[in-house]
Amino acid sequence: MTKMTRALAVAGAMMLAGSAFAQPVQLGTLTITSPWVRPTPPGAPSAAGYLSIVNHGAAEDRLVGATTPDAASVQVHEMSMTGNGVMKMRPVPGGLAIPPGRTVTLAPDGYHLMIIGPRQEFKPGERVPVTLVFKHAGKVAVSFPVANGPVANGPVANGPAAGGSAAGGQAGGAMPGMTMGAMPGKAPAKP
Amino acid sequence: MNRRFFMSVGVAGAAALVGIGEYLMITQNAPPSPFTSGVGGAFSLVDDNSKRFTSRDLLGKPAMIYFGYTFCPEVCPTTLTHMSAWLHALGPEATKLRTVFVTIDPARDTAAKMKEYLSGFDPNIIGLTGTPAEIATIARDYKVYYKKVPIPGGSYTMDHSSFIYLMTAKGKLDGLISYGEPDTKAMAALRRLLRG
Ligand SMILES: [Cu+2]
Repeated sequence: MTKMTRALAVAGAMMLAGSAFAQPVQLGTLTITSPWVRPTPPGAPSAAGYLSIVNHGAAEDRLVGATTPDAASVQVHEMSMTGNGVMKMRPVPGGLAIPPGRTVTLAPDGYHLMIIGPRQEFKPGERVPVTLVFKHAGKVAVSFPVANGPVANGPVANGPAAGGSAAGGQAGGAMPGMTMGAMPGKAPAKP
Repeated sequence: MNRRFFMSVGVAGAAALVGIGEYLMITQNAPPSPFTSGVGGAFSLVDDNSKRFTSRDLLGKPAMIYFGYTFCPEVCPTTLTHMSAWLHALGPEATKLRTVFVTIDPARDTAAKMKEYLSGFDPNIIGLTGTPAEIATIARDYKVYYKKVPIPGGSYTMDHSSFIYLMTAKGKLDGLISYGEPDTKAMAALRRLLRG
């Protein structure tokens, strides 16, 4: 490989990586970062979307809902696990509060966008256009990459990216034996 | 009681705890805990090829059983993904294990739906569904809690127990794997189960 072609290859790789980065989206005093949607199993009747919202303003806002042309409807849900190992999932009544000066993260084991009735499978590398609806700031369009974890700080393809989450969830790396692509879980350790 | 406690006892000590502290924790309003005697029992369900699958079909090989539903966007696909990874890691040994995903939402999870959904996971995983009464029977016998909860828009979610049950070839409870259990611990439990 000549120096020239190597330079081109590096530039190309950087562009590819760059395209996988999600740019923060600004809406008034709100900044939306790290959106991602979990890949869905075939025919899955629901999907989960995650993101972080920073409120730089002086007043509380609320994430009250969302829409996407790629699914029937979207709700804001909270997942919780009881001491008895019972999983519960509930709509967040009145929407999710985004207090002033705070960052609220929707992440595995906590809040998620419940995407009901996806019109097709969500596959890694694809994007889901979502319009977030806030009580005060209004609406904003955000492109959610389909990935196995937040991609704002790293490329999609390489499994766990930086980030982590307030709710304690983690992005899992690619695990062997998966026919549908890795999905994040609580236990990213390799078997 | 926190999850860490459950994770620490989940695999190793489930049987040892039978009738001890865990039993005291159960009140009439609480979901049933699997940490009681007599987990398992006779059932008759339908597999994802629409064939009858009964408790007899479970015997003769150790089994790994998970109860969930396809409308679940996070815990169930994550668990099935981990189960698939464990089966892959077991290699040829995976076929010495019967791996079963039982829906607790039979109204939506038909045999055809289960088949389509499970096509995204390890091919060793058998999907089981049935009538609401048939599902109620296996859930009762395995001490699986599940409850329908309506959500806006006319749909509903299901509260449900998230344990993976490890059963011996003779149909006795060998242990449980909790949600979020490290893969290394889960693999150790599966290898122990396979050694018999
Ligand atoms: Cu949900």
